[in-house]
Amino acid sequence: MQTVKMVVTGPFNAGKTEFIRSISEIDVVSTERKISSDYERVKESTTVAMDFGRITVDDDLVLYLFGTPGQKRFDFMWEILSEGMLGFVVMVDSTRPETFREARSILETFRAYAPTPYVVAANKRDREDAWEVDDMRIALRLDPKVKLLSCVANDKENVKNVLLELLYSILAEMDSNGN
Amino acid sequence: MALKGNLRDFSITQLLNLVNLAHKSGTLIVERTNEKMWVCFRDGKLAYAQAAGEDASLATVLYKAKKLSAAQHRAIKERAGPMSDKELGLLLINASYMSQDDIIASLQSFFLQTMNRLLTWAEGLFRFESDLLPPDDKITVRINLENIIIEGARRMKELEQLQDEIPSLDIALKFADRPGANIRNVNLSVDEWQVVRYISPKNSLRQIARATNKNDLEIRRIVYALLQAGLVEFVRPTGALPPRYPAVKQSRATSAASAPPQAQSPLPASPQAQSRVLAPLQAQGRQPAPPMDKTEKKSLINRLINRIRSL
Repeated sequence: MQTVKMVVTGPFNAGKTEFIRSISEIDVVSTERKISSDYERVKESTTVAMDFGRITVDDDLVLYLFGTPGQKRFDFMWEILSEGMLGFVVMVDSTRPETFREARSILETFRAYAPTPYVVAANKRDREDAWEVDDMRIALRLDPKVKLLSCVANDKENVKNVLLELLYSILAEMDSNGN
Repeated sequence: MALKGNLRDFSITQLLNLVNLAHKSGTLIVERTNEKMWVCFRDGKLAYAQAAGEDASLATVLYKAKKLSAAQHRAIKERAGPMSDKELGLLLINASYMSQDDIIASLQSFFLQTMNRLLTWAEGLFRFESDLLPPDDKITVRINLENIIIEGARRMKELEQLQDEIPSLDIALKFADRPGANIRNVNLSVDEWQVVRYISPKNSLRQIARATNKNDLEIRRIVYALLQAGLVEFVRPTGALPPRYPAVKQSRATSAASAPPQAQSPLPASPQAQSRVLAPLQAQGRQPAPPMDKTEKKSLINRLINRIRSL
């Protein structure tokens, strides 16, 4: 049995757990704990080690989805989780511009760990106060070549689209590298 | 879709950069306690700016720019009645009082002054209304944002440094008890003299800034220079509440003390603990995959694509 993995990362409360939950064929193995900090109490619990989802491709191949913890104090997990990944998704909450800088920093950190292809998912597009994708691209200082995709993490079709775009990027990079 | 937030999280220079790069048209509205500003853009260029409660009529702008005397300003205000800025501008040009360039330069300078005040705001709720354009009766300009952004970044940096030196504006000043030091013998600028006039334990820096029409950066800059020269000292304002600074310091200390220590985190960071967390990973997915050739890897990716499509 061959296994491959993709990592879903992003700031606290960006929607990483929800993203994996929407597509995983198993109940997501989640290491959530109640939030202890008032500042971050925008939700009841948060991921402290990782989320773990699975998609069985066929008898010989399984795709694992790993969600990283969003809180900075668990960032020692990031490098461990990024090892050997095919590519990664950076989730960004479109309604919280205060997290954009952190999202950019996480993106750069993961690029440093492994120069694999990645896409950025602008999550919570169904919210009224979501920023325009074009505005987010400028705010996140993303190169025009980087895919910034609209996403609602609890919508399976949206999640499929994000993963497919990441896979297309991986194919494209293989073609351009000629390896 | 909304373009809104707080300057604390997304600074004014970042916003201007966004407007500039996206060639946006519309009005940026920024509010903080008792203050509000409107800044209008057209195709990513500054077109108009106004602060709430401020007389931004053309007559007043020209008076402030010393293009009109006090008597002329008063006469225009009395006689022009409901005349719009555009009508007044045409009247002044046709009567050869001034050129169009004079009017545009005065307005540009006025809008830039308003922008410079906004550039010192570190906090405030903002929203961008793309369907809100400058009032029809107002004269608009076209000012590139690049220089404003650079100036803004410089001012923000300077303000940060000055905030370290003068953390609160709710504190007062008194003249230093230095026998022999005479402020009359010191060369002060007009702005510094304006501030010096109000120095008293009864007046907080915030009150002095308001009385002398200075923004946060300007008042801090002047007070810092006076402090450096040893001419003034901080003092708690007479009869005022304790300044905000110690309270902030205290709350920071309190929050640090009440923050859960690292040892309480649900995930111990010891190597043993990490290895416990890693165990399931290694069992399930962290085994390094054997190297694949290009065809094999492409086939794998295509299998993944087909599977995800079919979900």
